[in-house]
Order: sequence, then structure tokens, then C-alpha cells
Amino acid sequence: MEHYLHSKVPLLEIKNLETAFKIDGNYYNAVDQVSFTVERGKILGVVGESGCGKSVMSLSIMKLLPKGAGRIRGGEVKFEGKNIEHYSEKEMNKIRGKDISMIFQEPMTSLNPVFTIGYQIEEVLHNHFKITKEDARKQSIKLLRSVGISRAEQIVNEYPHQLSGGMRQRVMIAMAIACQPKLLIADEPTTALDVTVQAQILELLKDVQSVNDMAIILITHDLGVVAEICDEVMVMYAGEIVERSDVRSLFKAPKHPYTRLLMDSIPKMDVEEEKLGSIKGIVPSLKDMPRTGCKFANRCPKAMPECTELKPVLAEAEKGHEVSCLLYESSKTGEGTNVT
Amino acid sequence: MNITINNENSMTAKTKSKKNLLEVKHLKTYYPVKGGFFRRTIGHVKAVDNVSFEIRKGETFGLVGESGCGKSTTGRTILRLLSPTEGQIIFDGNDITNLSGNKLREARKDFQMVFQDPYASLNPMQMVGDIIGEPIKNFYPGKQKKEIKEEVMDLIFRVGLPSDAYYKYAHEFSGGQRQRIGIARALALKPKLIVADEPVSALDVSVQSQVLNLLKELQDEFDLTYLFIAHDLSVVKHMSDRIGVMYLGNLIEVADKHSIYDEPLHPYTQALISAIPEPDPDRKKERIVLQGDVPSPSNPPSGCPFHTRCPMAKEACSEIKPKLKEVKPDHRVACILYD
Repeated sequence: MEHYLHSKVPLLEIKNLETAFKIDGNYYNAVDQVSFTVERGKILGVVGESGCGKSVMSLSIMKLLPKGAGRIRGGEVKFEGKNIEHYSEKEMNKIRGKDISMIFQEPMTSLNPVFTIGYQIEEVLHNHFKITKEDARKQSIKLLRSVGISRAEQIVNEYPHQLSGGMRQRVMIAMAIACQPKLLIADEPTTALDVTVQAQILELLKDVQSVNDMAIILITHDLGVVAEICDEVMVMYAGEIVERSDVRSLFKAPKHPYTRLLMDSIPKMDVEEEKLGSIKGIVPSLKDMPRTGCKFANRCPKAMPECTELKPVLAEAEKGHEVSCLLYESSKTGEGTNVT
Repeated sequence: MNITINNENSMTAKTKSKKNLLEVKHLKTYYPVKGGFFRRTIGHVKAVDNVSFEIRKGETFGLVGESGCGKSTTGRTILRLLSPTEGQIIFDGNDITNLSGNKLREARKDFQMVFQDPYASLNPMQMVGDIIGEPIKNFYPGKQKKEIKEEVMDLIFRVGLPSDAYYKYAHEFSGGQRQRIGIARALALKPKLIVADEPVSALDVSVQSQVLNLLKELQDEFDLTYLFIAHDLSVVKHMSDRIGVMYLGNLIEVADKHSIYDEPLHPYTQALISAIPEPDPDRKKERIVLQGDVPSPSNPPSGCPFHTRCPMAKEACSEIKPKLKEVKPDHRVACILYD
């Protein structure tokens, strides 16, 4: 294990991932040629509207896609340099919860209502370590304390329905970090929570991240949350990455028209606007997705005739800032399109 | 297409008169808690506890607070979908607190509601045209079918739905478009007040902004007054003229939106505003992270309802329940720090 920590191999490396769902006998790509890497100890934000493929992507990494409906069609998922996309269920079970763990949006549906909180945390520990019952109980109380639950001794004997939404999400985080994973995938962890509780959970995520030196993939639709805690951001649209950059550069100078529109459409706290920006139309369904050209072309205010034919590729427009849009490809070849 | 709905007053919406359209005085709505062998009432959930505010003609009054704070119950009580336990609701000069039967039905023409969940609030068996036309059919039984259809088509056009929407069903539309159908239905009777209860919280940001823009346009066009209920503070700020902040069934601060956001007085409002994540990584603001969760409204703390989580709580806070009082012109707050 030790040599990985100092090697240059990224923690997670995804290459040309394609995940498809079967609709009326045909497969349609919900995640289309997605490539990215996650470095150790970094927080990567993934933003996009519902249906853009961000959750499917995370389920593909964990190999938790619904059986029969979705399947990974191609690409590579490398965790610490090892290809894991061909792993069997048994091999995956060794990784899930131990090296990569996940927290979900709705803590009530992801906790089992008939087992106590303590039992559910200890189950994770028993699965991955040889540990006695007493030690597991001690460990789970310690974990609950570390996520800011003060009555940990009582809470271990309580059931999920006895806790509030914020507490349940804390329990989920305690379970997720029980084996000190190297990567935590958080799928909309604060969407179901109130703002004051959301602030608590974001602080907590930042804390556990720095204590355990984990990497986090944070999936959210809230650009505010991304700006708050992420180091890097990926913007997804229709199963593809349309823009990727460090957080500051993305918020200071968003490049892709979709990212810009997304930012214009949220009400700002400090600016008074009569009208908000909006994007015409909606994300097309998988079946109606444009087959050629840029998938955003039919909703894009800056679309050019060639956008419906030529497929843009994700390429660096500035150092460390990648965008997949023809507007930037032509500027690179020297035509000098003015993008404002 | 000829637009028939009253346009002559559209200026008043902009000038924001001082006249009150709605006055709520000491409103209390308690839900009984049943228990024991005979299912007797063994206690109350004080969902709305002594709330007073007023909504002026043509303005948007925003009501914010976390889940379970009683903001939706307040909205529903004002519409008389729930009966108040105590207090008074005065709408356009008439006391509607104790209206019932036909009189209440008649009064309801003037206040309508837009619901949160555009999937649950539309009848899946009805055509969109019938959904929007139903209130008209109900209240004006003498109206010709052709006339109703014309009005409905006009509304469909107004809220930006495609013209063939009339003969379609709700499931054929996306979330944002369904919310437009709900808005058209609320507009059908030309109401004076629309209570919008979390109208955009089920929608994606890009669609959310379309619906917010539509609500603003319609307000100017139809001279509407809104009670806008939401938990998203930046959305409420964008929409509202004045804002009320609720906590555990109590209204703890009321002021115009600039005062609320620029100089919030109540410690809870301050914490709430500091908790909003802002889409700007460079702005690291001083965050007040509250400890713990909202207490249960069936067993609220004594004294000030917020004292259990308040960073500035003093001993007296657990004993004295502060009253909402004016501390600056048009800025009311319920906190003993300002007594």
C-alpha cells in the first residue's frame, strides 16, 4: 500500500467511460465518453441539472447500476492504478465501503429502518476487519462522536426514525468513513437538508476530509455548495463533461455557454436583477438526444450552424481550464472568435 | 390573441401602495396530537403560534424558514384550507376568519394557491384545458363552453405553454411546464392574492429561473399580490419586497428585503443568511454555524423558541418569550437583545 501514497498514480482515473440504459430494446448512453482523474486529498465537484448523468456516473464507478437496465459499455475505471471495471461482485465488495464509500441524498431511505444505528455501523466494520463485538461498538461510538453526535452512547441503540434528517446524514457519513476510505462519493449529500443543517454537514465533510486525507467526489446541482468546498469542478450536460477547471477559474471566468447560463439563472444575493437568465427548453430525454454535433446546440444561444454537425472535444482553453465547445476550438486555430 | 383580463391596473403593482390587502392578527393554528385508549387529544403541535403580519396590495411578501417552522401552515390557514385555532384573518377589509359554506367559497375566488409538487397537484386523468378551466366552470356555471375555452386558451398563451397544450395530459409535460399549468389554473379566476408554496423547489435551476421570471411578469400584468413561501433564501430575496422569517411557529423578524439581508437583527436570521452557500469561491464570509437541530414543535422550548440554539442566548431567554416589536421604521424583530 505504502508505495501508492508516494507514487504519481492518481487515486481514481476514468477513461472514456460509457454507461448505457436499455430503452425499448436499444441502449442509449447516459454517460458518454467521460474521462477524468481524482487526485488524493482533493474535493472534486460534479454539477449539472437532473438527468445529466452525474449520479449514473458515480454508480458506474461503484458498479452499483441497476441490474438488467444499465450497463457499462466501455472505458476504464482505474483505482490506484488497478483496473476495477472487470472486478467480480466479490472483489468489488472488498473495495466498497473500505476504499471507496458513498453517501446518498436521502439518508432515510439509505438506512435500514429495522436495525439500530450501532448495528449498521458495526456491520461495515465486521465486513472489512476482524474485530470483536465490543471493539466494534467502541469504534462506532467513536465514529459517531467524530461526526459531531454528542449523545453517541444512546444513539447507537436508537433506530433511524428516531433521528432528524441532519443527524441521519451524520450517521451516513460516520458509516462511510468507518474504514477510512481513500475516496468518498457524496451524491447530493445536503439537498434534502435545511440551510443551517447543510452548513453543518458541509463543515463536517471538510473536517473529515482533512483528518482522513480522503478524496471526495461531490455531486450536486447547487453551485453555491461547489464554490464553498470544492477544489476542482466538472460541469456535466447530457452525459458529457462540458467544462472542467479549478474552482476559482470556473466561477471567475466560466467558458461554456451552458455553464454561463447555469450561473445566470441562480438569483444572486448581492445583485439586484429584475429578470433571471434562463435556458430555453429542457434537457432532452436519452432517446431524443441529438446524434451529431454538440448535444447542447439546440438550446445554446451562441450556437453556430456547424454546431449541429461537428462534435466538440474537451480541450484546454486556458491552462488548467478545459472546455468542450466549438467557440473555443476555432479561437485556438487562430480564427480568433471573440467570446464574451 | 385578445387579452381580456384586467390590464388597466397594472401600474399599481409597480408603485406598491401602502394599503393592506391582507392582515393577519395573532394567528394560531394548532394540530391536535391524539393518543391514549380513546384517541383523546393529549397535546398540541403549535404549528403557527401567534403570528401577525400584513401584506400590502401589489407586493410580494416572502415567508422563509426551515422545514417544520410553520410557513406552509400559515399559508394554508390564510387560504382557510385549515381553520385557525385563534386570531383573525382580514382580507381586503373583510374578516374571513369564520366564514364557512357558500360565503367562504365565494371569497376564495380572490385568493388562489400554487402548489409545490407539480406532479401531485394536477389530475392525471384530466386534459390540461379542463384542469385550467375547472375553476371557471365551478364559479360561473352559466358560462358558455366556448367562452371558457377562449379564456383558457388565453391563459395557456399567457403562461407560455404551447397552444396544443389544451388537449394534452399533465404527464406529457416537464416539471417546469406543469408548474406553468398550476399557475394558469391559479390565475383562472383573476384572484387578488396568490399563495405560492415552494413553487420552484422541485425544479432544476435553469427551469426555476423561467418560472420565477413568469411569476414576476404575471404580477405586473394581472396586478397580483403574492405570498411567496420558500426555504431558499436567495430565491425569496429575488422575488420579495418584504420578508418574514419564521422559526418554530413564530414570526421572529419582519422587514423589507434589504434590511433583512443587509442588516438582519435576529440572531436566527443572521445565522440563516450566513449559511447560504454563495457561488463565489473568493468570498469567504463569516459563517455562524448553528448547533443542533430545530426542536420539536409539539414540545417547544420555554421562553424564546430559539434560545436552545442561539449563540447569544442569555439566562433570561429561557424565561421570557419576546414579542415582535418595531425597532426601526418598518423593521420588526422578536428578540430581547433589542428590548
